[in-house]
Amino acid sequence: MASKPQSPEVRAPGGPLPDTVNPLPKKGFMGWLNKRMPVDEFIANQLTGYYAPKNFNIWYFFGSLAGLVLVMQLITGIFLTMFYKPGEMTAFDSVEFIMREVDHGWLIRYLHSTGASAFFIVVYLHMFRALLYGSYKAPRELLWLLGMAVYLALMAEAFMGYVLPWGNMSFWGAQVIVNLFGTIPAIGPPLVEWIRGDYGIADATLNRFFSLHVVAIPLGLLLLVLLHLVALRRTGSNNPDGIEIKEKLDNNGKPLDGIPFHPYYTVKDVVGVGVFFVLFAIVVFFVPTFGGLFLEGPNFDQANPMSTPEHIAPVWYFTPYYAILRAVPDQRLGALLMGIAVVSFFFLPWLDRSPVKSMRYRGPISRIMLGVFVVSFIALGYLGLQPAEGLYVVLARIFAVGYFAYFWTMWWYSRPSVDPVKPVPDRVVFNAH
Amino acid sequence: MADNAAVADEGADLSRRKFLTNATIATGVVGAAFVAVPFVESWTPSERARALGAPTELDISKIDPGQMTIVTWRRQPIYVVRRTPEMVQHIQGHDSELKDPTSQDSKQPEYAKNAMRSRKAEYLVLIGTCTHLGCLPKQRFEAASAEMGPSWPGGFFCPCHGSRFDLAGRVLKGSPASLNLVVPPYEYPNEKTLRVGADEKGAA
Repeated sequence: MASKPQSPEVRAPGGPLPDTVNPLPKKGFMGWLNKRMPVDEFIANQLTGYYAPKNFNIWYFFGSLAGLVLVMQLITGIFLTMFYKPGEMTAFDSVEFIMREVDHGWLIRYLHSTGASAFFIVVYLHMFRALLYGSYKAPRELLWLLGMAVYLALMAEAFMGYVLPWGNMSFWGAQVIVNLFGTIPAIGPPLVEWIRGDYGIADATLNRFFSLHVVAIPLGLLLLVLLHLVALRRTGSNNPDGIEIKEKLDNNGKPLDGIPFHPYYTVKDVVGVGVFFVLFAIVVFFVPTFGGLFLEGPNFDQANPMSTPEHIAPVWYFTPYYAILRAVPDQRLGALLMGIAVVSFFFLPWLDRSPVKSMRYRGPISRIMLGVFVVSFIALGYLGLQPAEGLYVVLARIFAVGYFAYFWTMWWYSRPSVDPVKPVPDRVVFNAH
Repeated sequence: MADNAAVADEGADLSRRKFLTNATIATGVVGAAFVAVPFVESWTPSERARALGAPTELDISKIDPGQMTIVTWRRQPIYVVRRTPEMVQHIQGHDSELKDPTSQDSKQPEYAKNAMRSRKAEYLVLIGTCTHLGCLPKQRFEAASAEMGPSWPGGFFCPCHGSRFDLAGRVLKGSPASLNLVVPPYEYPNEKTLRVGADEKGAA
């Protein structure tokens, strides 16, 4: 594959622009266009001349899928905004109106609600890939931090979006989450009042969440995703072997283990998109609520400040953190630990002291701890959906310890003297197919 | 480019230029901070929300002894119980079964931080949301009822997660909630009237 003759304008990721890039002599419309806008140059730099490692595997689908879901959410969201009416008297009814009376309104709404869960599924898998192959390690720390900023913005976006239908779980979920800010010493109570704009979750709260959900956070998300991609262009992608392909170049200065992103990975990603759409469509058409996981039952009742749902639980993608919150008997400490659980990811590039990136060449302790983390995260996700009583609380405490141990003992266990590493090959492991 | 810049800078007073640049930046930052104020303050409760959140009044002489009535104040249900002398008695003598018998960690105004958790023993005023996760506790005023068991002192039972509170809103041991029910600020402008949301310190 890599033996295909390449045009001279291709370059290593982050490398200098070759002098030969000169799209101007072209004739016709493209010539006219390129004199006024660097279209061909952009394509040459970012797609056909952008080199990615040739040993990508299935884990490398989820970045482009996250981008796809972002676009889907924007499109379906724009259409929902045409029919949705924020406001405590109108919101719930307008969602029912979309579901029953707008032609294909049900489809557009289910695409959007399923898209929210799909977004978190692909983002969690994308993040796991980074943990598996050490993609957060130098020189990709900033790339990782920008990705985590995207994750935080996504959490805010999803939380506020869930309030908009103004169902009873919308209301009580907002109540529980907004009240968490009340546990901050001194400024907590006035801060909560400021966020709500009233003495309870009210019309004012719903309207500002609507504004943030449809304008402010999507703009921020787009900017952060752009910066994430820009940072990726400087360092290039990591790969399953955790080897820097830029260190082994051919005579033209191109990575020996790299292939142009287009057409190789655009074509590969289309396969991932196809599989994704099949699974996505099955959920949208056959199980849009996903048994109460994607859309919770109590949210089909209108918000009622005088009646709480039997169990207040967030949507599945927040339940690991919710389980940690409830595992702690003290509410303030619980909120603090929940915050630390999210923020821990940010420190990974500096907690990990292994000289090796990929789990392929790490010792057993690192592998076991990654396993402990994954099991803890999934178990906490399950426990966050259960009532906080009896054995569930005990288990939540055990798995919370597992969750934090992965991050905060890494400084110790990732050292090669504790967890011996295997020799890393010079070139990536790859069989053409 | 760099050469042109060097030529343009010839004979210039660079320290003056630096000072002006910094002064412009500082003025801009201060201006931006001032402009941010109206946007930040737009998020505080509006005049309408504040008016709707004003103190609520209730004629307590119309509550029968042993009965409870619910008023809303700031979108929260306020439980007002007119306790009989018998009910007042049931509040005493089970401090060992309570998580916070003297309301040290719980929230209430200073005048309600007493054994009855109220200004007058006869009237109990509580915010009717469970301190666990905000559900609405139900009234179970009959002591030692068949439903609640022989040791039940009478009080409130939360149907969501089973928290139990006595007739002063104090949480019983074995409940998921760890704090007593919250007492809102209130006062009695006259014998017959209860005003929730205001006290000597003014409106909340």
